[in-house]
Amino acid sequence: MDTAPSAKLERRAGDGTPTLEASQIVKDFGPLRANDLVDFAIQPGEIHALLGENGAGKSTLVKILYGSLQPTSGEVRWKGQPVVVANPAAARRLGIGMVFQHFSLFDALTVTENISLALEDKHRLDDLARKIETVSEDYGLPLRPSSTVADLSVGERQRVEIVRCLLQEPELIIMDEPTSVLTPQEASDLFKTLNRLAGEGCSVLYISHRLEEVKELCHHATILRHGKVVAECDPAEETAGRLASMMVGADVEALERRAAPSGDHPVRLRIAGLSLSKPHAFATALDDISLEVRGGEIVSIAGVAGNGQDELFDALSGERTAGDANAITINDKPCGANGITARRRLDAGFVPEERLGHGAVPRFKLSQNVVLTRHGTGEGLVRSGVLDFVAARGVVHTVTERFDVRKAAPDPEAGSLSGGNLQKFVVGREYDRRPGVLVVSQPTWGVDAGAATAIRQALIDLARAGSAVLVISQDLDEILEISDRIAVISQGRLSEARVASGITREEIGLLMGGAHDGGGDAH
Amino acid sequence: MTGAAMRIELIRRPHQSTTMAIASPLLAIALTLITGAIMFALSGVNPGAALYVYFIEPLTAWWSVEELLTKAAPIILIAIGLAFCYRSNTWNIGAEGQLVAGAIAGSAIPILLPDWNGPLVLPLMLLMGIAGGMAYAAIPALLKVRFGTNEILTSLMLVYSAQLFVDWLARGPWRNPEGLNFPDSRPFSDGQLLPVIFGDDIRLHIVFVLIAVVVAWFVLGRTITGFQIAVLGQAPRAGAFAGFSRNRMIVVAFLIAGGMAGLAGISEVAGPTEMLRTTVSPGYGFTAIIVAFLGRLQPVGMLLAGLLLALTFLGGEGAQFALGLSDQTTQVFQGMLLFYVLACDTLIFYTPRIVRTGTASGPTPRTPAPGAET
Repeated sequence: MDTAPSAKLERRAGDGTPTLEASQIVKDFGPLRANDLVDFAIQPGEIHALLGENGAGKSTLVKILYGSLQPTSGEVRWKGQPVVVANPAAARRLGIGMVFQHFSLFDALTVTENISLALEDKHRLDDLARKIETVSEDYGLPLRPSSTVADLSVGERQRVEIVRCLLQEPELIIMDEPTSVLTPQEASDLFKTLNRLAGEGCSVLYISHRLEEVKELCHHATILRHGKVVAECDPAEETAGRLASMMVGADVEALERRAAPSGDHPVRLRIAGLSLSKPHAFATALDDISLEVRGGEIVSIAGVAGNGQDELFDALSGERTAGDANAITINDKPCGANGITARRRLDAGFVPEERLGHGAVPRFKLSQNVVLTRHGTGEGLVRSGVLDFVAARGVVHTVTERFDVRKAAPDPEAGSLSGGNLQKFVVGREYDRRPGVLVVSQPTWGVDAGAATAIRQALIDLARAGSAVLVISQDLDEILEISDRIAVISQGRLSEARVASGITREEIGLLMGGAHDGGGDAH
Repeated sequence: MTGAAMRIELIRRPHQSTTMAIASPLLAIALTLITGAIMFALSGVNPGAALYVYFIEPLTAWWSVEELLTKAAPIILIAIGLAFCYRSNTWNIGAEGQLVAGAIAGSAIPILLPDWNGPLVLPLMLLMGIAGGMAYAAIPALLKVRFGTNEILTSLMLVYSAQLFVDWLARGPWRNPEGLNFPDSRPFSDGQLLPVIFGDDIRLHIVFVLIAVVVAWFVLGRTITGFQIAVLGQAPRAGAFAGFSRNRMIVVAFLIAGGMAGLAGISEVAGPTEMLRTTVSPGYGFTAIIVAFLGRLQPVGMLLAGLLLALTFLGGEGAQFALGLSDQTTQVFQGMLLFYVLACDTLIFYTPRIVRTGTASGPTPRTPAPGAET
């Protein structure tokens, strides 16, 4: 990184009026206090990390700063002046821009058209296109204004969002988990841009779970826990372990890894020459995918988002069936043509990427969400068509105990849980069955360090107890931490799985960029 | 990009409000009564007297309470069937047509075999009524599953086909040969009619209503079928993940709703009207839509809502005689009620807030990511 620690300290020390200051912010949601007397200040030219577990109140604070929520009490000051940020449009007018974790771009429109939609002032499209070109060149964010968004990689889409922010000449940019969808190479390009912006005096509020990244990039960090500020520090001077324990309030347990079982455990999940056409225009076709996962091992599939991961998950779970029964074999039973319930009966479990609306029904209680995936597995949750909610609540209790799922009521609606807690529930719901085959997509996406460790440990324990575990993830740290073997998916094709200890980050990065077919787009 | 102003904003509640779920129908009823009073006042009728004629007077005599129950029965039966559709996010608007189809199918026996009077006749008529309603409901369901047609349009249009068909039957081939050219079928004989079980007019189908309320409560709340309906209605993607078929559910929901409407139809012709006429119902199939929503798609709620809406039918008749008001007033009341229910339902999920903005406010196309944690 090109910012020396001494420069950071100077910048922090030489503070005048903060760009944005929040003092004594309180936000109540009914009985829950999401922000409790939070004080926070960000200086001009500072890259400021906001750290905390899920449910610690980061999103609430950011939504208050960006005008999506109003504080119950407390004051926000912009360059020293008290302001009421009534809504995101007002925030943008002040000079606050935000790049969301999930992009809000229209696939079928061009870059210029998408950006045009976000601007409030009247403008001509060709003028705008020229401006986009200038700004994107200036900041090292190569972008063609006339490209259709559907054709862009995830990294390029993020550039569109950033350029959209920059056009409004913000003095504060809020970035929510920006690197969660990027290759290592793309992330390092992003850091260059952010450093450049900071150098020009723009403040950057940076939310991330990746502590190494925060150490490398950020000048200052505010750490939230249970809605309160528990620490402020210079992340460069702390270890990742220290930062994590400040977030969690206790030392994060290290993963306990036992050696992969050597010898010949049976293949429990076999994918053989699986090809599927695109389900819709903006999806990815699966092209001749083959992979074997043996009992006792964790195999991970790395890749940049949008390269066929969702399509592969749907094909494995049976939400989309393959024409050929032999394309997928679970526990030696060909089941490519069978649906998801039949595959669950073959002792497989599935955890999709999207927690709400896919893995769980938001307005359903947890006990009902237990029935969602386990109604057909002959566990007595449904007898002669009648639901047994007592048994379902028993499962909720077991999962809650095992995974420390924190919730306000014994059996609350799924949508009321924080992301990390809901993810622990959704993984725990399947883990509780001890399935012989577990396919899990993005197991710790948007989840805090404590929850992530618990989930990864559960995956390892499950594998070591004899199950075949297949993980689809975009988090390279996670993959390197838990996998026995690693394959990479790119444009709907899967590389050969290689033993994890013999593969480097750079090799994976190249495969993610599509290097194995030589036709990958360079960026 | 408007100027400085005050506006009302709807803020999403973190949880559904249970209080508002119960208060919303009551608030809607109150607003309907207030608007109704204004409407009466504008048309020169004393609002107090009119509301009395409409909503109180029908309850002051036993015969009219019997009348009320008789009118409420088909409405509640249909509403219960429709709840299966609406809970699964399937929009069957054609219950009126399915009711007519059930009435026609069930009437075939007494009209074509007028002398058959054994103990099997009535059960068979009821079964044919149910089957007729189901078959008619299957048309929009299959069209949607197979061709992706909009079920709102197809089910609604099929209402008019059914109404015209029964009109033709009653005037043409099925007209009573001894009926002095009145456009009615021959009157059904006693063995072909639902027996009176209480008072002068309360017939067996009141029992069907009570059974339907209990069974629907159990099926919707306690069984895997009710669970499937709720999952597919609320989160189709999660429904697929649970292994439930959306298409199958569309067909099942339509068949249940059609069967219930068909039962209501045959109960009407083998009950109060005692024959097949050119019209089978005064719009029970449409009124049932209002009842379904006013009753929160809950069986007991729909039972109460059905009684209230039946009252508007009776009150409308009374108002015609006593005050000379148009019979359209009834439909105005029903329309207002549905309008207010749907409007008040917003309060279950949102809480209104008055916002004063000193500065211009443009569109805010970007909202925080739905997956972000709080």
